[in-house]
Amino acid sequence: MVNGSADEVDTFIRTLISYRSMDRTKTIEILQLVQHKYGYISRDIVSSISRHLRKPEIEIMGIATFYEQFRFNKPGDHTIKVCEGTACHVKGGAAIGQVLERELDVGHGETTKDGMFSLERVACLGCCALAPVLVMDENIHGQMDTSRLTKLLGKYKKGEVS
Amino acid sequence: MISINGKEFQYEPGRTILDAARDAGIYIPTLCYHSCLPTQSACRLCLVEVEGARTLCASCSYPVRNGLKIQTDTFRVLRARRMILELILQSHKLNCVLCDKNGTCELQRIAYDMGIEDSRFGSRSRGDIYDDSSFSIVRELDQCVLCGRCVAACSEMMVNGAIGFTGRGSDSRVSTAFFEPLKDSSCVQCGACVAACPVTAIRDKRSERMGRSFEMKKTSVVCPYCGVGCTFELNSRDNKFIRVTMDEPSYVNGIMTCVKGKFGLDFINHPDRLTKPLIKENGTFREASWDEAYGLIAEKFLTIKKEYGSDALAGFSSSKCSNEENFLMQKLVRCVFGTNNVDNCARLCHASTVAGLKRAFGSGAMTNSIDEVEKSDVILVTGSNTTETHPVIGSLIKRAVRYGKTKLIVVDPRKIELVDYSDIWLRQRNGTDVAWLNGMMNVILSEGLADMDYIKERCTGFEEVAEIIKRYTPEYVEKISGIPADDLIEAARLYAKAGRSAIYYSMGITQHTTGTDNVLSIANLAMLTGNVGIEGGGVNPLRGQNNVQGACDMCALPNVLPGYQDLTNPELRGKFERAWGVTLPDKVGMGVVEILNAAARGDVRGLYVFAENPMISDPDTNHVREALGKLEYLVVQDIFLTETAQLADVVLPSTCFAEKDGTITNTERRVQRTNKALDPPGEARADWKILCEVAGACGYDMDYGHPSEIMDEIATLAPIYGGMSYDRLGEQGLQWPCTDKDHPGTKFLHKGKFSHGKGIFHNIEYKPPAEVPDEKYPFVLSTGRMLYHFHTGSMTRRSFTLDATVPEGYVELNPLDADRLGVKEGDYVNVRSRRGEIRTKAQVTDKVDVGSVFIPFHFAEAAANVLTNPVLDPIAKIPELKVCAVAVEKAE
Ligand code: SF4
Ligand code: SF4
Ligand code: SF4
Ligand code: FES
Ligand code: FES
Repeated sequence: MVNGSADEVDTFIRTLISYRSMDRTKTIEILQLVQHKYGYISRDIVSSISRHLRKPEIEIMGIATFYEQFRFNKPGDHTIKVCEGTACHVKGGAAIGQVLERELDVGHGETTKDGMFSLERVACLGCCALAPVLVMDENIHGQMDTSRLTKLLGKYKKGEVS
Repeated sequence: MISINGKEFQYEPGRTILDAARDAGIYIPTLCYHSCLPTQSACRLCLVEVEGARTLCASCSYPVRNGLKIQTDTFRVLRARRMILELILQSHKLNCVLCDKNGTCELQRIAYDMGIEDSRFGSRSRGDIYDDSSFSIVRELDQCVLCGRCVAACSEMMVNGAIGFTGRGSDSRVSTAFFEPLKDSSCVQCGACVAACPVTAIRDKRSERMGRSFEMKKTSVVCPYCGVGCTFELNSRDNKFIRVTMDEPSYVNGIMTCVKGKFGLDFINHPDRLTKPLIKENGTFREASWDEAYGLIAEKFLTIKKEYGSDALAGFSSSKCSNEENFLMQKLVRCVFGTNNVDNCARLCHASTVAGLKRAFGSGAMTNSIDEVEKSDVILVTGSNTTETHPVIGSLIKRAVRYGKTKLIVVDPRKIELVDYSDIWLRQRNGTDVAWLNGMMNVILSEGLADMDYIKERCTGFEEVAEIIKRYTPEYVEKISGIPADDLIEAARLYAKAGRSAIYYSMGITQHTTGTDNVLSIANLAMLTGNVGIEGGGVNPLRGQNNVQGACDMCALPNVLPGYQDLTNPELRGKFERAWGVTLPDKVGMGVVEILNAAARGDVRGLYVFAENPMISDPDTNHVREALGKLEYLVVQDIFLTETAQLADVVLPSTCFAEKDGTITNTERRVQRTNKALDPPGEARADWKILCEVAGACGYDMDYGHPSEIMDEIATLAPIYGGMSYDRLGEQGLQWPCTDKDHPGTKFLHKGKFSHGKGIFHNIEYKPPAEVPDEKYPFVLSTGRMLYHFHTGSMTRRSFTLDATVPEGYVELNPLDADRLGVKEGDYVNVRSRRGEIRTKAQVTDKVDVGSVFIPFHFAEAAANVLTNPVLDPIAKIPELKVCAVAVEKAE
């Protein structure tokens, strides 16, 4: 992931669109490539795509928000994914999600103010046996409950894990 | 044949089941369908049963074909419809008791018809967004049924792209691009979403709870602002203006308007409205009776006439008032004052159009019609910031480019909004229009792209022009205009190769000392490529004021009689003399600027200003003040005590557009009726009545019972209006020429043959503007309009939304210049020319080029016309408002 200034973002998008002869029909592809590079879809990115594709910003946002794959906030240092699959749900996955929202003071798809965590909801992760499941960065944490969760977050906050 | 509910009907191919049913008078409920919008097929309420189809079909998108058997009210249909409606109701906060839409809400009507009181699924109102950040609009998403009409209106109809759907499934909602409040989005408050919403989820904010739809008196009126001539329903209650609605789409504009028409009319109710005649005594006004005022005017004007002759009198007519009133005004000046010193503010905007196009084509009006915009293959827009000055036409152009096949060329020194939609943008230096126009012709000729058959058959004077044009090579033009040669060549090819190319222009072309030359060059270019006299082509001057076309047609002009009839022609004059029972003056009179000059010299001593405000609108304000001050007698007839009225000896309180009947001619020559919605405040009287009474006081009988009688007189005297009468005008109006009772009106001019026979090419050489920047005055100033205000601001600045959105004047300054001057956005600067100085706020923007500044002229306290140069175009006498030299410095 790269941090780009508005100008740099604009140059990247302009070249992307002109060199790959991307046109208005390829909005999704452009969004994917840009997200791949910058990690998320920022306002600057949308404005820039809008300018170069000559399509209003709202149309680009309309497309982007239609698909789950796009995120609109800068990802935190750590990404927490909470499984929303059926098995996890039955075993209290939703509660885990709620606790996280409260603890971190963020909604799904958002990043904490200090930029440390971002929270996402995902579909079944394929390890239902461990339900309810949470993935912190690449690590799977199964059989979550409130106290294990607090402990886990604490470790990260204290910087014991990075 | 198709059958609906067992009955047989004829059908028109290409239409939908819904259309066919409506034609047959059969009701099918709809919610997401609107005749002015692309079909959404979102709500499914319009389901019908089609024999042979497995599932129910949405009638709004199902094309009819021969033999279809349709049932609109079987049990199956009704059950499905009921289910759908209950699901819709679930997401709509039912609030009919407090709802302004009560009576015209489409959801309410359907629920009523189906006898459904509430949703059996309960309410799903989610405490969603309530956004009242905008000055004019409230969005309440708990009322939204997600029909998509507002989105289609904003993006596909107006092409503003401020709102759209975001999210999906149950998260889907109408929102702004980044979920910000509407005020911070790109919304331009055109109100199309409000007009489109079938419920009340997007609504008029200023009139909330001021009356429900069914309590309103709705009157169809023509918008009092620009020349597009939008019509809409003016809603009033207890003789107060409440809001504008568009329940019935209108002919010209459908449900489109701009912010001024939709949300800018509250000046009607403004407490500043004049209610009694005022007479000035010892420098202050006192209230007076009408009789006293009339007596005084008659006495003074007749004395001046006796002592100094008729030509010491003059009148300014009003391009904001109806055809009938302009007709009476010129009649008053000609028959009673006995002079041709009558003019209107067209002098300041399109005098050069009238002069130029009359010479070239034989008729000085827009050749084609507004609804042809989307039929053009190429549109060339020059000197018109269309999306701000004629927003509805601007939207049509954007739509043609974005959703149609039309290509767009913009030639403008400013980076206007249309530049974002253009295929080619040429940025010429101010005042070099003849050069680039000749340059385009040079390319077209040398590349063999001219339409030689057309020229041979329909035009004259081509050979000489071809000679002159040889010198204007793209390289030479680049030196003069700053337009890169390659771009010019590309633009010329694009324009010439297309089947139908239209030119749209406005004041950027006309307000120059070379205004007439510019117009003639445009005419040359259009004839060279055979683009006049065809649908989707033409030369289309966009007229500023709502009735500036009509004021000219009625010939409140110093050189012609109603219907553009030459007053020096004794035969034509004789016709009028017989009708009016007077001997008419045969000498051509003076125009606006000359009248003011004559007043300054003491040659004109009495002036009658009918609803105009020359103090703000005319160039070189200090000179205007001096001229008006010198007058022996100044009469002003207006609805507010304008800057000009303050200088008057007598002020007559008149009516605004909503308080009288009349006809208004829009920019496409369409004469439309506007109707009286309200009684005037206090003792104010209708303008046409006042003019008759003034004439009467002066001893000339001008008596009419109703404006329709005036129109009947116009029809007998002006052949281009010959076939018009109030009965015939109806809902759609008629486009002149309409010469007799059976004439259908004229959609585009010069079909097959020019109005005066052959189209005439004119030799035009480039001449530089009268004042160019120098060391002392290094910037080029151009003045103009902006979206939220109109003319001298006397109406728009008294309308809450418009005034709140843009409360004060400004000067646009390029970032590089701003940097050099040490000026930041919002700093005050002094702008000085050889004629005066104003102080105003800086707006730092790359809209203007380095070395150029732009000031909107609507703001009296920072009046751009203090600075402008009153030099005139020698033919049309239009002042050069688009170029003068100024200095800019940071103010303390
Ligand atoms: S007012 Fe006009 S620009 Fe604003 S959201 Fe509505 S349709 Fe769009
Ligand atoms: S706001 Fe109105 S027009 Fe827009 S989707 Fe909702 S109900 Fe339809
Ligand atoms: S100002 Fe012009 S575009 Fe706007 S509503 Fe009035 S007529 Fe229509
Ligand atoms: S449901 Fe959570 S991992 Fe499968
Ligand atoms: S009206 Fe046909 S689907 Fe809504």
